[in-house]
Amino acid sequence: MSPTQPSQVDTPPVDPPAEAPPTGGGMSRRRLLGYTGAGVALAGAGAAIGYAAGSSGSPAPAGGVVPFRDTHQAGIVTPAQDRLHFVSLDLTRTDRAEVQRMLQKWTTAAERMTLGQETTDNGAVGLNKYAPPADTGEALGLPASSLTLTVGFGASFFSKLGLPMPPGLAPLPTFTGDNLDPARSGGDLCLQACSDDPQVAVHAVRNLVRIGFGTASVRWSQLGFGRTSSTSTAQQTPRNLFGFKDGTNNLKAEEPDLLDQHVWIQPGDGPDWMTGGTYLVARRIRMHVEIWDRTSLDEQEQIIGRAKGEGNALGKAKEFDTADFSTADIPVDAHIRLASAESLNGVKILRRGYNFVDGSDGSGHLDAGLFFLAFMRNPQAQFVPMQRALSNKDKMMEYVEHTGSAVFAVPPGVGERGYWGGQLFT
Amino acid sequence: MSRRFTGAALTAGAAALLLAGCTSTAQQPAAPSGGGGGPITVTATDTACQVSATEAPAGHISFSIRNSGSKVTEFYLYGTGDRIMGEVENIGPGLSRDLIVEVPDGGAYTTACKPGMVGDGIRGAFTVTGTAQRSTDTNAKLAEATAGYSRYVTAQIEALVAKNKEFTAAVKAGNVEQAKALFPVSRTYWERVEPVAESFGDIDPKVDGREDDDRAPGEAFTGYHRLEKDLWVSGLQPDSGAIADQLDADIADLQTRAKAVQLTPVQLANGAKELLDEVATGKITGEEDRYSHTDLWDLKANVEGSQAAVAALRPVIDEKDPNLGPTLDQRFADVEKLLEGYRAPDGGFVLYTQLTEADTKKMSDAVDALGEPISQVAGVVTA
Repeated sequence: MSPTQPSQVDTPPVDPPAEAPPTGGGMSRRRLLGYTGAGVALAGAGAAIGYAAGSSGSPAPAGGVVPFRDTHQAGIVTPAQDRLHFVSLDLTRTDRAEVQRMLQKWTTAAERMTLGQETTDNGAVGLNKYAPPADTGEALGLPASSLTLTVGFGASFFSKLGLPMPPGLAPLPTFTGDNLDPARSGGDLCLQACSDDPQVAVHAVRNLVRIGFGTASVRWSQLGFGRTSSTSTAQQTPRNLFGFKDGTNNLKAEEPDLLDQHVWIQPGDGPDWMTGGTYLVARRIRMHVEIWDRTSLDEQEQIIGRAKGEGNALGKAKEFDTADFSTADIPVDAHIRLASAESLNGVKILRRGYNFVDGSDGSGHLDAGLFFLAFMRNPQAQFVPMQRALSNKDKMMEYVEHTGSAVFAVPPGVGERGYWGGQLFT
Repeated sequence: MSRRFTGAALTAGAAALLLAGCTSTAQQPAAPSGGGGGPITVTATDTACQVSATEAPAGHISFSIRNSGSKVTEFYLYGTGDRIMGEVENIGPGLSRDLIVEVPDGGAYTTACKPGMVGDGIRGAFTVTGTAQRSTDTNAKLAEATAGYSRYVTAQIEALVAKNKEFTAAVKAGNVEQAKALFPVSRTYWERVEPVAESFGDIDPKVDGREDDDRAPGEAFTGYHRLEKDLWVSGLQPDSGAIADQLDADIADLQTRAKAVQLTPVQLANGAKELLDEVATGKITGEEDRYSHTDLWDLKANVEGSQAAVAALRPVIDEKDPNLGPTLDQRFADVEKLLEGYRAPDGGFVLYTQLTEADTKKMSDAVDALGEPISQVAGVVTA
C-alpha cells in the first residue's frame, strides 16, 4: 500500500469486517475434537445472541460466551475473569488503510475466538498441510472460557496517524516514587484478553499479534493470574498478593448510574466517537512481597485500613459495612482512606487489575505485584488526584514501586457491523 | 549453523514425492539461439555499467561481461521483485565472463553491475520483447523456479569456493588482519545458500558448527567458527592451517554434492523461510559469530538468499496469490533499508556489539514482518 494514495487513506477499504462475521456456522474448537454437550451449546447460543445492546454486564455462564458485539466493549464491566494476557503494541507502519485492515482482521479473529472458534474455519489443522496453520492451535478443544478481548489506543497512535487525539490521553504527571521503565510503558495500542482459562487468553493474544506482524509489533506484555477486583456483586472479593481482599468498594456492573458518572464517556465529553467508551490506565506495580511479609499483622491492617481476614473496614464488622472515615479507627494514611471517594471529592474508578509474578529478579526475590488496570471517564480528573494522594501519603508506598504506566482510549463497542477502531477513522 | 534445521531435506521428502513431476531434471536450458545477434557486451567499471544493447528478444539472451574496473564485480539480470534471471559473481579486475540467461517472457527487466559486490549495484533498464515458446502451466513454472534457483545455488557455491580460498590463504599465511576482513565475505556466500548446505547433514557441522555443539567422540571443532575463534580470541594455533585446508575441502565437497541436488518447490519455499528463521534465532541474537560479531553480514546474506528463493518462485506466487508478491517486495525492502543503515564506512557492517537493544528490536520487528508472508509461500505454491 502506497501512502501516496489519499483515496485509500481517507476511505476505509470496507466498513464492516472484511470477512463475514461468524454466524455459528463455523466449527467450534470443541466440536472439532468430537466433544459434545455444554461447550457446543454455549458457543451456539453465543452466536445466536449476537448483538445484545446493553447486556455487557450480565454474568456469563461458566465456560461460556461473553457477547463480543455490544454498545460497550466487553472486558470492562464483564464480571472479572481470573486470567489476563495484556499486550501493548507499537505500529511499525503508519499507513492508515493498512492499520484499518489490521484492525478489521483483528475484529474478525477476535469475534470468532470469543465464540470458542479458531481464528479462521479449520485454521489449526484443516487447511493446506504445506502451509503454516492459520490458527496456532493451542486452544483446540477448549471452550470459549468467557474470553473477552478489549482494544485501546494510546496517544502515540493518534499522533503517528495524524488523527485528532482524545483529550483524556494527555500524559500523566510524574508521581513520587515512580520508577517507570520505558520498555514497560506506553504503546500505540493495547489488547486486553481476559478469560477463565489462561491458555485461551494467551492463544487470543498470540494469534492477534501474529495477524498484526508487519503493521504492529509487541512493545510489552503482561500476564496476570488472579483478578484483584470484583466488577459484579455476584463475585466474591478476591485477594491481592499482600493477602488482602481488594476491590470491595469497587464500581460494579449492577450500578449503571455510577458507571455513567465515573466510567463511560458521556455525550459532550468529546470526541463524539468516544461516547460510550472509556479510558484505561494501566500501571505495573511491583510489590516487594518479601518485605511486606516481615510486617506484623497489625501494621499490615493499619496500612490497608481493613482487617485481613473478613476484609471489613477497621471499626466495622463485615466486609461490605460502609467504612466510617470520621473515626480514628482508620489511620489518616491508610490506603482505603486515601483512595476513598470521601477524601477525593467523590472520585471513583472501575478497577480490574490482576496479580502477577514474572519469575524472580535475580536477587532472590519474586518479581511480583499487581497489574493495575482501571477504567474511567477522565484520567486527569480521576486517576491523577487519586494516585497523587497515594504516592505522597500512602504508607503502602514503602512496599510498592510503579514500574510501568500507560493510558489508552477505549472506544465504545463495535455494534452490529463495525470493526475495532472503525469509529476513529470517520 | 542451525541444529534445528539440519533435517530439512529429509522432512520435505514427502513433498518431494508429491511434486516429483515438478522437478527440473528435464528442464536444462537449450543452447543459446543466437537469434538476437551476438552477445550483448557489458563493460563494468567501478562507477559505470555500460550495456551495449538495452533490448533483446525473448528466449536465451547472451551477455559478455568485462570488468575494466579495479574492484571485483558482479553482473545481474533481474525480473520483477528483483527475481534473479541470471547472474555472474566474482569477476576479478581485467577478467571477462559470459552469461546466458533464459528469459521466456517479454517485459521490463533490470541489468546491474555490482562493483565491490555490495549494495544494489549500478542499474539500468532492459527490455525483453515478444514471448518465447514454452508451456505455461503451473508445473512448468515450478520446474523453471527450481531450475532457476539451482543456477543461483551453483553460482553462489562457485563464488564461495573462490572467496573461501582467499580467506584460508590469509589464515595460512598468518595474515590475521586480512583473514579477519575476509572471514565475513566468505561466510556471505555460505549463508546465502545455507539451507542447501544444511541438507547435507555431515557438511554443516564440520563447516559451521559451534564450539559447544554436541559431537561424537573424536570429532573435532572445525570450520568457520574454529578459525573465527583463533583469529579473534586465541590467536592462530599450530593446526589453524590444517583447519583452513579442511574447510576448503569441505566446501569443495559441498560443491560436488550440490550439483546432484534436485530441489522441489516446497523445499525452495521452506529454504526461504528457514533462512529467515536463521536470522531470527541466530543472527539477531548475536549467537552466530560470537567472537567476531560480524553477524550483520550473515544476516544480510540470509535475507538475500531467502529473497533469491522467493524470487525464483515469483511467477507461481503471482499466479496463485497476487497479493503476496507485492507484500513480500515491501517487507524485503524494509529489511534491506534497515540494514543499509548499519553499514560501516568500509562498505561492510557495524559489529553486533555496536547495536543497541532498540536496534535489535527494530530488526526483529522487520524480520517478523517478513517471516509471516514468507511462511505462506510453501502453501501458496502447492495450493
